[in-house]
Amino acid sequence: MEMTYWNRQAETMERAALEQLQIQRMRSIIAQALKTPFYQKRLSRAGITSPDQFRSLADMQRLPFTTKDDLRQNYPVGLLAVDMDEVVRIHSSSGTTGIPTVIYLTQEDLNAWTDLLARSITATGCTRKDVFQNMMSYGLFTGGLGLHYGAERVGMTVIPIGGGNTQRQVQVMKDFKTTVLHITPSYLLHIHSRLDEFGVKPGDLHLKKAFLGAEPYSENTRQKLQELFGIDAYNSYGLSEMNGPGVAFECVYKQDMHLWEDAYILEIIDPATGQVLPDGQLGEVVLTNLVRMAMPLMRYRTRDLAFVHPEPCPCGRTHRRLSRIQGRTDDMLIINGVNVFPSQIEEVIMSIPEVGTNYMIHLTRAGALDKLTVKVEIYSKMFTGDLNALEALKNKIRDRLRASITINPHIELHEPGALPAFEGKAKRVVDQREKL
Amino acid sequence: MKITQISVFLENRKGRLYEICSMLGKAGINIRALTIAETESFGVLRMVVDKPAEAVELFRRNSVTANQTEVVAVEVPDKPGGLAEVLKVLSDHNVNVEYMYGFIEKFSENALLVFRFDNPEYAHQVLSQNHIKVVGQRDIKGL
Repeated sequence: MEMTYWNRQAETMERAALEQLQIQRMRSIIAQALKTPFYQKRLSRAGITSPDQFRSLADMQRLPFTTKDDLRQNYPVGLLAVDMDEVVRIHSSSGTTGIPTVIYLTQEDLNAWTDLLARSITATGCTRKDVFQNMMSYGLFTGGLGLHYGAERVGMTVIPIGGGNTQRQVQVMKDFKTTVLHITPSYLLHIHSRLDEFGVKPGDLHLKKAFLGAEPYSENTRQKLQELFGIDAYNSYGLSEMNGPGVAFECVYKQDMHLWEDAYILEIIDPATGQVLPDGQLGEVVLTNLVRMAMPLMRYRTRDLAFVHPEPCPCGRTHRRLSRIQGRTDDMLIINGVNVFPSQIEEVIMSIPEVGTNYMIHLTRAGALDKLTVKVEIYSKMFTGDLNALEALKNKIRDRLRASITINPHIELHEPGALPAFEGKAKRVVDQREKL
Repeated sequence: MKITQISVFLENRKGRLYEICSMLGKAGINIRALTIAETESFGVLRMVVDKPAEAVELFRRNSVTANQTEVVAVEVPDKPGGLAEVLKVLSDHNVNVEYMYGFIEKFSENALLVFRFDNPEYAHQVLSQNHIKVVGQRDIKGL
């Protein structure tokens, strides 16, 4: 396969040169961080008062971690390292779970981020010939504007439609022969469930690829979307604290995501002890942004759980690959004493073909016991009218889930479209247990 | 002579049966026979309507999960032992009945029942050889 690169030199750099570049960039980040009272205090406590004290990548472990709480406590400008006049863009988390977190970008920062996105998009085989429908919401959320700028830089035809209004989305896909979507997996599943109603078949569209992101989803969901639409779906990773999308992206081989190591230092740690783990071991992703001067952020604890593939990729890129996010340190559910990640439940139900495109997880308490109810929509084309087949399906879902999570769930079957539809990030877990 | 039965998946939700029936009503489609098979959390509505093709299209447009099945409409003498006579013929020829239900109205002097057989062709053959009248789609439309 002939490989196209956005920046061949940076993407295929020898590891030794890449690490030298990281050290050099890390020094500028430390210099920049020392301009903020927050890092001045933190770094001096760790015995670091000048960038020269950072000599090798092993020195990373001397640096303190930064957490989401640190960002909140220093809201809004505590980590800003440049004059506000230098800032050309502000992004922020939604703040639905408390004080929002904010990031700042200078023109150069924005440029560097956009370049990483152009690089990511190109790695999936997209070119300026593609028509890109950006269905992520615009605004303070980084997903929409990030990919928008990246796609423009590649020279794609960009449709900045944002999220929502499903019928219009499908009409626009037809009218402008959209080839690439940027969308949450739950919204793409929802769109499929409504195509019949619009009298449209997936084959009537010109879709070739989808960039999936902004929420966790399983490999089986990806497979399902690829089959339903006949497209290649690419997994990507990003978080607003690290600018947003474009931290890591899959290449055409779709074997996990290249993390752009000239722009980020990637570490995997044991979330309980903070110890750095070797490649291949599952742990919390910790990231340092090397190309953002407005707001340096080092050893940021993402709370995402993943592992690293150090093996070379057939695409020739030397940047190590990050596995799919296996869960979050904070989304783990404890059900009757058993640890369960919602992603485990999704993995099971999306592997069953009779299951449709939407599901919900409900937790309630019955006496002293937790009760797990999994609501799934059935796939209408698999409906034969046979009641026994439906009972058998229900039992199959229950048995497979029990085998995977060791908890006996209650299964409800629903009609397609009956469960809440998500046009952005999905909220599939409803925990109605009373907090003790 | 087989007729089309439409099965609709019904989740256990207040008002859902009403929604389905009112959809048919507004489209001028008349229900001729109907039954509901249910479990604790969901059901399947089975029905014979006067315009099955239109009903299927209506459900597709409204994203109602539905499917078509072939059933046989059999005339059963409306007198004590009438159904037993028909079932005896079927049983003697090893025809299995998966389920059955009645039409809302009588057809001629006889009651009319919907039968779902595992092998509708063979069942139909057995019935006609034994002079039991089977009603076609056209007759349903006229009801």
